[in-house]
Amino acid sequence: MLCDMCKKNEATVHLTQIVEAKMLKVDLCETCSKAKGVQEAAGFSLADLLVGLGSADEIKTESPGAKCPVCGFTQADFKKTGRLGCSACWETFEAGLASLLKAMHKSDRHVGKVPSKAAHTVVIGEKIKELTDELEKAIAAEKYEDAAHIRDQIREMESKLKVPSGAA
Amino acid sequence: MKIDEFLKSPTEWVKADGPQSKIVLSSRVRLARNLRDFPFPGWAKKADRQKSLETIRPVVEGLPEMSERFSDSMDNMVAIDKQVLVERHLISREHAAKNVGSGIVINERETISVMINEEDHLRMQAIKSGLQLKTVHKLIDKVDNELEEQLDFAFSPRLGYLTACPTNVGTGMRGSAMVHLPAMVLSDQINQVVQAVNKLGLAVRGLYGEGTEALGNVFQVSNQTTLGEKEADVIERLNKVILQIIEHEENARITLLEKKPRLVYDQVGRAYGVLTNARTVSSKEALNLLSHLRMGIDLELFPSATRGVVDELFIISQPAHIQKAAERKLTAEERDVYRADLIRERLQNVAKPNVEDLGSSNGG
Repeated sequence: MLCDMCKKNEATVHLTQIVEAKMLKVDLCETCSKAKGVQEAAGFSLADLLVGLGSADEIKTESPGAKCPVCGFTQADFKKTGRLGCSACWETFEAGLASLLKAMHKSDRHVGKVPSKAAHTVVIGEKIKELTDELEKAIAAEKYEDAAHIRDQIREMESKLKVPSGAA
Repeated sequence: MKIDEFLKSPTEWVKADGPQSKIVLSSRVRLARNLRDFPFPGWAKKADRQKSLETIRPVVEGLPEMSERFSDSMDNMVAIDKQVLVERHLISREHAAKNVGSGIVINERETISVMINEEDHLRMQAIKSGLQLKTVHKLIDKVDNELEEQLDFAFSPRLGYLTACPTNVGTGMRGSAMVHLPAMVLSDQINQVVQAVNKLGLAVRGLYGEGTEALGNVFQVSNQTTLGEKEADVIERLNKVILQIIEHEENARITLLEKKPRLVYDQVGRAYGVLTNARTVSSKEALNLLSHLRMGIDLELFPSATRGVVDELFIISQPAHIQKAAERKLTAEERDVYRADLIRERLQNVAKPNVEDLGSSNGG
């Protein structure tokens, strides 16, 4: 088995951490494990280690050649640094990052604080989702007049979302 | 406020007067935030970093919490002052290495500090003595609300606050407590605790965070995950685990005193003996001995008034603080001499440990 980091030496350090019923595994060679300081008794986070390891490969397969249109950051840069280039990178590399996020966090969805500026957007987003469900039901029940009305409401909501980011 | 004037007053959270402060030295919550329209600091060009710093710094300085403050750009600070701030846990080691395009704003009481252009555009923290995670979270949450009114933070409804590193995305929040666990180290239980805490999705680290040694038997316990859980729930979980760690440490102390009183007295007595007589002492040795002295205070082998002295020494015996106090550059050897002098002077009125109460001659 080769080391997950350098992919050259034989892996002799095998790490498993169970974090909230999810198992994280990393296999490293002596040199890389020392470089990452994982032999310290004070503990370490495998999630930290995972950043920029297997994760980068996933980005590659799911979004080949992807480059952030805003800041020019590429998946190769992520592999090197384990950090993203700008907030737009999160959208560019979203598909590739999903499994990494699932592996290191409780879920891949934010449930915490919403800044009051963004609260507006979040509320509208929820409302659109609700209306879309209603629309489907109306169509299924062949209530076309209702459906048309709901569709208009959705359009109105969507137009509210299309304001410049600064004002959203 | 000038840096020298700022550093002269002792850090508020060092006065261990908070709840549970026998075992919990301090509680801290930090939030990571980024501006929507600038690349993250690690990827940004110098000009962009300077621009984001210029955008953020006046807003932070304008906060009501920051009316009395120290504020500077990192390229304007000398290495020794940066290091003093690291030793006071007001900036990270990573931030101390920053230069042009990064900055720092700290309130006078040293309870709130905002690092600008560390790994994220903003890393803001609140720190207080003892176990007060909820209080410090409230404190920094208010600062976040105030900043949000004037700055456009990068936020996605699905992923939350967007950060440079995927380990912080979501809440961007890391809560942590510094805990002093000498009895668990002495009784070889610390590794079990570290593993148990890891399984709960929390991390245990050394004194200065990631990848650092647990000097002076001080460990940092913090949450690892930031996505998929509400801030209040994370804080609650962390608080519960720390209360359990406190209980374990207290039990370990009781057991040690019952089964190996001689070992306990020996460690405390040696610490007192060395620190009150040493003519040269390294910072690592000092921290480890001060840890045993601190345990001796908890076990009432010293008067409780000694606690303030020892807790202050924990901070001021560290390398940059020594250098700063000496007001000149010292070699490592000179520092060790200066440190030994300082510690002897501070401990000169502390009587030797009162061990009669232990009745240790038959034990151990």
